[in-house]
Amino acid sequence: MTISTVKSAFWKGMRDSAPFVLVSGPFGLLFGVLAAEAGLNVLEATSFSLAVFAGSAQFTALQLMQEQTPTLIVLVSALAVNLRVAMYSASLTPYLGGAPLWQRACAAYLTVDQAYALSMIEFERRADWGVSERMAYFFGTNGLVAPAWMAATITGALVGASIPDSLGLDFVLPIAFLAMIGPMLRTPAHVVACFTACAVSLPAALMPYNLGLIIAGLAGMMAGAQAELWFERRTARTEEAEG
Amino acid sequence: MNGTEMTFDRSTLWIVIVGLAIGSYALRFAFIGLVGNKAMPDWLMRHLRYTAVAIIPALVAPLVVWPAPTGGEPSLIHFAAAALTFAVAVFSKNVLLAMITGACSLWSLMYLFG
Repeated sequence: MTISTVKSAFWKGMRDSAPFVLVSGPFGLLFGVLAAEAGLNVLEATSFSLAVFAGSAQFTALQLMQEQTPTLIVLVSALAVNLRVAMYSASLTPYLGGAPLWQRACAAYLTVDQAYALSMIEFERRADWGVSERMAYFFGTNGLVAPAWMAATITGALVGASIPDSLGLDFVLPIAFLAMIGPMLRTPAHVVACFTACAVSLPAALMPYNLGLIIAGLAGMMAGAQAELWFERRTARTEEAEG
Repeated sequence: MNGTEMTFDRSTLWIVIVGLAIGSYALRFAFIGLVGNKAMPDWLMRHLRYTAVAIIPALVAPLVVWPAPTGGEPSLIHFAAAALTFAVAVFSKNVLLAMITGACSLWSLMYLFG
C-alpha cells in the first residue's frame, strides 16, 4: 500500500464523480433559490447545506416548514427521506470498517448517493485495493461534488430573493421531487411502494400536523416490502417449474 | 417580487437545521462507525429499501392534486406539468432532464393559459 496507489485512487474517485457535478450543481442552486424564496438568508441557507448535506431531506424540510408543520414531524419526515444513507453506511462497512475511527467519522459525513454508488462498483472490481486505497477513492468521489453543492447553494441563495413570484417557483419543488422519483422506480416492488404511498397520502392529507405523510410513507414501505417478498416467491416458483 | 417574508420563525429553522444535521449524521455513522460488520435483520432492510420511494411520493401527491400556487384549488395546468415531469423521469431515469422538461412545460402552460 504505497502512497502513490492511494493518491491515484483519490484522483480516480474524483474523475469518476465528475459527471455528478452536473446533477448536484443544479440541485444545490435550486435549494439556494427556494430557501431564499422561503425567507432564509444566505448564511442560513449555506449552514443548512453544510450541516445537513442531504439534498432530498433539505427539500422535504423546507417544504414542510412552509406548511406550518410541527417541528417534530418536519424532523421525522426529512430523516425518513434520508434513511437510505443508513443502508449505504451498512453496506460500506465491510469495505471501510477497518479504517481508523477519524477517517470513518469523515466518511460518514460524506456518505451520499454518488459516493456510495461509485464506491460500491469500484470496490467490487478492485480486489487488490486495501482499506487506504478504498478510503482515498471514497473521499475522491466527494472532491468535486461536495464543493460544487456548497457553491451552488450559496449562488442560489444570493440570486433567489430577486426572482419574481410570477415564475411560480412554489411549484418547482413538487416538480423536483417528481423528477427524483423516476430513477428510484428500479423494481416492480419500488413501483408498488410509490403508488401505495400516493394513494394513501391523498385521504391522509386530511389529518392534522401533516401526520398523513408519515402514515402514507409507512404504508408505502410495508407495501414495498410485501411486494418484494411476493415477487421473490414468484420467481422462485417459476425457476422450480423450469428446473 | 420577493417571497422573502418567512412563514416560520427563525428558532424553528435553527432547530430543524441542527436536528437534521445530528440526525442525518447519526444515520450515516450508525453502521460504518459503530455497528461494524454485523448484519441487520432482513425484515428491517426490506422496509428501509422503500423509505425514500414511499415518503417522497406521499409528500408530492397532495401538492400536485391541491397545488399551493392556486391556494389548493385543483388546477389542470399544474397537473399536466406534473404528469409530464413524472413521465419523463420514469422513462429517461434522468433527473435533470425531467426537471427541465417540467419547469419549461409549467412556464409555457402558465404563459398560454394562466
